[in-house]
Amino acid sequence: MAGSYGSAKKKPYGMAIIMGTISLALYAFLLLQQETINTIFGRGGIYAFLPIATAFIFSYFHGSFTGNFWTLLGVEASKKKREVK
Amino acid sequence: MHDVINAAANFINLDAMTITYLFLVGFVGGLVSGFIGSGGAFVLTPAMMSLGVPGLVAVASNMCHKFPKALIGSMKRAKYGQVDVKLGIVLGISAEAGVLYGAHIQEGIKKTFGDAGSNLYVSVAFVVILAVVGGFVLMDAWKTYRSGSSNEAEKVTKLAKWVQSVNIPGTMVYFKSLDARISVLFTIPLGFATGMLAATIAVGGFIGVPAMIYVLGAPSLMASATELVIAFVMGLGGSFKYAMSGLVDIRLAMIILAGSLFGIQLGAIGTTYVKPFMIKVVMGVIMVIVLFSRGLMVPVYLAQLGLIEKMGESTVKALKSTSFAIMIFALALGAFIVLKAMWQGRKAEREAAGVQVLEHGKA
Repeated sequence: MAGSYGSAKKKPYGMAIIMGTISLALYAFLLLQQETINTIFGRGGIYAFLPIATAFIFSYFHGSFTGNFWTLLGVEASKKKREVK
Repeated sequence: MHDVINAAANFINLDAMTITYLFLVGFVGGLVSGFIGSGGAFVLTPAMMSLGVPGLVAVASNMCHKFPKALIGSMKRAKYGQVDVKLGIVLGISAEAGVLYGAHIQEGIKKTFGDAGSNLYVSVAFVVILAVVGGFVLMDAWKTYRSGSSNEAEKVTKLAKWVQSVNIPGTMVYFKSLDARISVLFTIPLGFATGMLAATIAVGGFIGVPAMIYVLGAPSLMASATELVIAFVMGLGGSFKYAMSGLVDIRLAMIILAGSLFGIQLGAIGTTYVKPFMIKVVMGVIMVIVLFSRGLMVPVYLAQLGLIEKMGESTVKALKSTSFAIMIFALALGAFIVLKAMWQGRKAEREAAGVQVLEHGKA
């Protein structure tokens, strides 16, 4: 029964755990060091690249985790409509 | 420099309640954005301000969560073949110019007429644009639903056909979402208007998405997905501008992002299960409800400017709370429609798969 509904693919447990742990660590660091971080980031000028870089780093790890999270819960895109006309 | 130091001192204290609140609002905002390409910002900024965050810090922090969210959302929807990157970048660059010009106009109004004048301008822009565009989008969705043609491919409007037929040598670019070559002289003003609206009411997509559908002729799903690319380009530029003045509270931005990345993934998945006209339904419904929310505030600002009789403090408070509650309701209803449509789509697909398996069994 190869065509049985949505069971053939391997679930990304490992990836979700790794990305989730890194994401959690990033958030813990941000909240534990919030005063230092806000003081430095609030300086403006050349320091503007810091919040931008932070946003990219967080979105990479947390974005990957959230994607895997829904996959693990079985919430995946429709198999019928992959392409839009 | 003093402003910068003051802004840094204005960063609020975060407790568990505040973090949960921002996470949840972020999630719902992300869910709607993943589906219709924008939205959420109109609730997030006032939601932060309700916690005591100064207006500019709220706008800046919202923007700094918007661009990474839009990046993840557009990457997800690109996997489903829904994103026209070229159209998104072309519109996004002119939208960036629109943001700068919109912010410039805002500053001018604030200088001349004060805070109340600026607020009145924002609210009137909200009401007029949402009434015209939101009303049109909702009516179009209703017509599609009533005509029973919601399963058929979307029709390109007459206006879009005309835009696609105009040939201005040296300005023509091919866009895959339109499957046609159009002149950038049409895309530039549309992008500019999207950016101006983003600078004024924080949600450029309320112009951008309908413009791509009705003026350029893009399918709804591609228009809403491509809006995420525009939001990324605009959000990145805008965040950098605010970060230069030290106005971004990275904690707020990242907490909202934590929730919104869960939401945007789900919203993007949702688009693969629904009929395209559902994009218009969700967008139109949100726009029309938000219009009432902002409309309620117009008399408050008129009174502050002395254009109508002064209002009692309790009346102003009641109007403000009602307006905020209606906005939250708009977002929550949008999220509910997305989840319901997705649920039904998944159920229908599961049933269809079940029938297929049974038929195979018989064969």
